[in-house]
Amino acid sequence: MTNPSNPSNPSRTRDTALSAPARVPTELTTSVPGGVGSSPHRPDAALKVRGEFAFASDLWHEDMVWGVTLRSPHPHALIRSIDITDALTVPGVRAVLTHTDVPGTNRYGLERPDQPVLAEDVVRYQGEPVALVAADHPETARRAMRRIAVDYQVLDPVVDAEAVVAGAAPLLHPGGNIVRHQPIRRGDPDATAPVVVRGTYRVGMQDQAFLGPESGLAVPAPDGGVDLYVATQWLHVDQRQVAIALGLPVDRVRLTLSGVGGAFGGREDLSMQVHACLLALYTGRPVKMVYNRQESFYGHVHRHPATLRYEHGADRDGRLVYVRAEIFLDGGAYASSTPAVVANAATLGVGPYEVPNVAVDCWGVYTNNPPCGAMRGFGAVQAAFAYESQMDRLAEAVGVGPVEIRLRNAMRRGSTLPTGQVVDSAAPVAELLRRVAAKPLPPPVDPAEVDLRQLPGGVANTTHGEGVVRGVGYGVGIKNICFSEGFDDFSTARVRVEAVGGEVAATVHTAACEVGQGLVTVLQQIVRTELGVRRVSVLPMDTSIGDAGSTSASRQTYMTGGAVRAASHAVRDRLLAMAAAELGATATDLVLAGGAVLSTRDGAAVDLAALLGADAVERTAEWRHRATEAVDPVTGQGNAHVQYGFAAHRAVVDVDTELGLVRVVELACAQDVGRAMNPQAVLGQIQGGSAQGLGLAVMEEIQISAGRIRNPSFTDYLIPTVLDMPPMRIDVLELADEHAPYGLRGVGEPPTISSTPAIVAAIRAATGLALTRVPVRPEHITGT
Amino acid sequence: MDFLSPTSLAEALAAKARQPEAVPIAGGTDVMVELNFDQRRPSALLDLNRVAELSEWTVAGEHIRLGATVSYTRIIDELGTRLPGLAMAARTVGSPQIRNRGSVGGNLGAASPAGDTHPVLLATDAVVEAVSVRGTRMIPASEFYLGVKRNALAADELIAAVHLPITSAPQQFAKVGTRNAMVIAVCSVALALHPEQGRVGAALGSAAPTPRRALAAEAFLSAELGDTGQWSAPRPLPGSVVTRFGELVAQAAEPIDDVRGSAAYRRHALAVLARRTLDWAWQDYLRAGHGGE
Ligand SMILES: Cc1cc2nc3c(=O)[nH]c(=O)nc-3n(C[C@H](O)[C@H](O)[C@H](O)COP(=O)(O)OP(=O)(O)OC[C@H]3O[C@@H](n4cnc5c(N)ncnc54)[C@H](O)[C@@H]3O)c2cc1C
Repeated sequence: MTNPSNPSNPSRTRDTALSAPARVPTELTTSVPGGVGSSPHRPDAALKVRGEFAFASDLWHEDMVWGVTLRSPHPHALIRSIDITDALTVPGVRAVLTHTDVPGTNRYGLERPDQPVLAEDVVRYQGEPVALVAADHPETARRAMRRIAVDYQVLDPVVDAEAVVAGAAPLLHPGGNIVRHQPIRRGDPDATAPVVVRGTYRVGMQDQAFLGPESGLAVPAPDGGVDLYVATQWLHVDQRQVAIALGLPVDRVRLTLSGVGGAFGGREDLSMQVHACLLALYTGRPVKMVYNRQESFYGHVHRHPATLRYEHGADRDGRLVYVRAEIFLDGGAYASSTPAVVANAATLGVGPYEVPNVAVDCWGVYTNNPPCGAMRGFGAVQAAFAYESQMDRLAEAVGVGPVEIRLRNAMRRGSTLPTGQVVDSAAPVAELLRRVAAKPLPPPVDPAEVDLRQLPGGVANTTHGEGVVRGVGYGVGIKNICFSEGFDDFSTARVRVEAVGGEVAATVHTAACEVGQGLVTVLQQIVRTELGVRRVSVLPMDTSIGDAGSTSASRQTYMTGGAVRAASHAVRDRLLAMAAAELGATATDLVLAGGAVLSTRDGAAVDLAALLGADAVERTAEWRHRATEAVDPVTGQGNAHVQYGFAAHRAVVDVDTELGLVRVVELACAQDVGRAMNPQAVLGQIQGGSAQGLGLAVMEEIQISAGRIRNPSFTDYLIPTVLDMPPMRIDVLELADEHAPYGLRGVGEPPTISSTPAIVAAIRAATGLALTRVPVRPEHITGT
Repeated sequence: MDFLSPTSLAEALAAKARQPEAVPIAGGTDVMVELNFDQRRPSALLDLNRVAELSEWTVAGEHIRLGATVSYTRIIDELGTRLPGLAMAARTVGSPQIRNRGSVGGNLGAASPAGDTHPVLLATDAVVEAVSVRGTRMIPASEFYLGVKRNALAADELIAAVHLPITSAPQQFAKVGTRNAMVIAVCSVALALHPEQGRVGAALGSAAPTPRRALAAEAFLSAELGDTGQWSAPRPLPGSVVTRFGELVAQAAEPIDDVRGSAAYRRHALAVLARRTLDWAWQDYLRAGHGGE
């Protein structure tokens, strides 16, 4: 473990070449049965449970120094000057760097390079990095940091996304303040209908709230490059951006994934990556950076807050005639993945329903609020809160129940989306709704019998039943799986088989980030299924192999799973050819099973370990999903997405209507996963996603005032505890998607999308209130 | 930073007299957060965990003398029937880990307006035993809280114990937070019936610069109950009395708008909590058959 109070001795001369750091991820090996469709233990489970797993914050090198970041206290200001003289005089300080020290291009960004590594003459959000310090001890670094004198000329922050769209804000970036405007037009823009419901909905800024803060260790290399050990979601996109900022060829910047303590989108953008590398190259020493919890709230992007204005028109039976919507997403100071978030909110903006006439406009804009980007659900979350709230309004206007209104409009296989894309695999929206609706309801709470923990307020003893009203609500959502809009989406995998001590063993190497979701387990399962071996090792993920794409968009099991399967097939073909020669058989009569090659014709067998001898068979595969298309910038038409995921929730809540406190009593969820590759991990994703949606419904919000974060801590940014998250009833459907490996459908995001509207609908049912904003706060219910 | 680890109270007091700037650390659930967040840079920490005298509770006549470092978990497990109000507050503190470490002495030392035990200490007439090499001072809880995170301790003093009356009379504590566990109070109310004195204690937390008693509410209810002979012959309370009591508790507050809730919500919630805690306490009192009806 690191020991900040015991830094390396600065006076020691360093005459040995830099060794690899301690506490980096190692190969994860298990030798157990458990192929696709079973739930073998995770190879990292025991380490994590015992507290022995090395997270990125545990990285350590005996020669390392510590880096810290000076951040802007202002959401918007000009920088007149930066004076580092005083900071440099602090004993133990190794380097103080500003934008003039960035050797390459002082710009980065996931989709457009608009963000400086270190601010130049302007800061655009509170917390924007301005300068870096490296010192022998983190405390020394922090003290020196406080001695950097930055002369700011404070400007008014731009904080209102709608005002930006209206053109009423000063220019924040040279190209204008609109990051992307995406219209969707289908059918008759002037369609009319006998039943019309309107609403304006607001979504607060949610945080990914991953537990492992941003951290990493940059080690300067003898070739003038740098080795970066870091917790991230996408190694190769980090690598490209870091190389550009450092002015180095890409092969001089090598990344290795370190233990990641959760991600949820928040690690897709760079945080300390370039900073640590800059300091390492400048000082010639390994540099470690670890954000603390407060800094973490400033150090990563959040979910876009949104304002959504909707109008639904339907016939008297509640069948949708049209949906018109305007969606405003606040992207904050830099673009991050705002363009793709806009695309999702726009293309999925009417939800999993058949709507003949659609006019949606979605804007993502620059403001001086904290930058927003990727978070689980990615644009689909905001839209779903609005369209599902609208469906409930429509149900009421038509006089049918919330399930019925959804069934009447549910999309199915063969339905056409507002983009003109036809859904060409299972879309069991109606089935999912029927399933959650058919589940028995939990019994009412009897206050005389009940444990306080089962009432709103819990052990805080706020009610013994007084004011408590039960409500039930429904939600269903749609999410695109994998990357969309013509992006060249692929993954790379290398699979190797050899005999180790007489036992056949397989090794998998990819650059696909394990962020806690269990990808390492699924990759092992795929190899077991395809090659019939038990012992499978997963190598540390790094950039010495090709790109795997991001661990986001619910895509890694699909994409890297697909690549591992493809590489396994290539290995299998080679092994069968070898065995065919050995047995004098034809390869098509042979199969791999139980560590041997068997003939289906005559039962002849050859042991794989014996077949391989001292040789290894190794194959690398690059694998792509079906191509998608860009959408038309004016009409939004195009086959933008490769696959859709659906989940439905029923929420049962008890609301203390006098105090405005809510307890979610039960969540039922039904989701189609195509194929449950690892059934236990699927349930984990559904529970975790539902919990994150619950958080957005009733508590999670980064509160912003005039561009400043008011609650950058887990004291006041509340996430659900075990007493807030109820038991779940879950139905997993496996309707194979013939276009996807194993028929699987991405799992991680859909449950995050539908739980929020279901819970809010349940609170509405209990209170009769309109509740148009999430998270719902007690004062929204009490009206005080 | 010096780390002082006395093994007796006398040693601890001598150390505190010598180094008044030394910061006592009991469970550390406040201190360590301040150190980690870099909000405090004490030159010395004075560890109280090896001072056995502070980690015991004893019965002293009509009172429990609760050592400053007795954990919340122990209060819940060992004193739940004798100090019901305090045990209720203890149950709402943090998580199991925090309750295993945290203490009433630490809650008093921190003197946060949101500390959960304060309203109970106020409503139950608790007395803080402050000690120093100069001697012992008994400070009533109502004189202990001076301002936001400021208390009546002198620089050389430590909290040795808190004295709370043993009671079988009903007590209640209720706290509003925006999640169902592990949450800082948006506001809280404590209520204690003192039938032997013909009096009611009521106090609120997290809704003023300090925890405070709701004096007008106490006076109103004590008079109502006394004037109508309810202590000896209790009857169900008229709704108007309960409502008025709630209003007076809410009026005693001086809340602000902050990230945890609005001032208006706090006032509203205080009135609700006051009404409910009074209902529960009075029902208990009725059920216990006081006055031999
Ligand atoms: C995750 C978390 C959740 C929390 N939840 C709650 C909650 O729900 N409700 C709540 O009220 N609090 C909560 N707290 C705050 C804290 O746990 C309580 O205030 C607790 O009572 C502090 O006790 P301690 O023994 O840990 O104090 P310490 O942290 O050791 O000390 C706290 C302060 O008191 C001083 N001090 C301690 N002992 C003495 C003494 N004998 N004499 C003089 N000064 C002394 C210290 O110098 C320090 O200033 C929470 C804290 C955390 C970290």
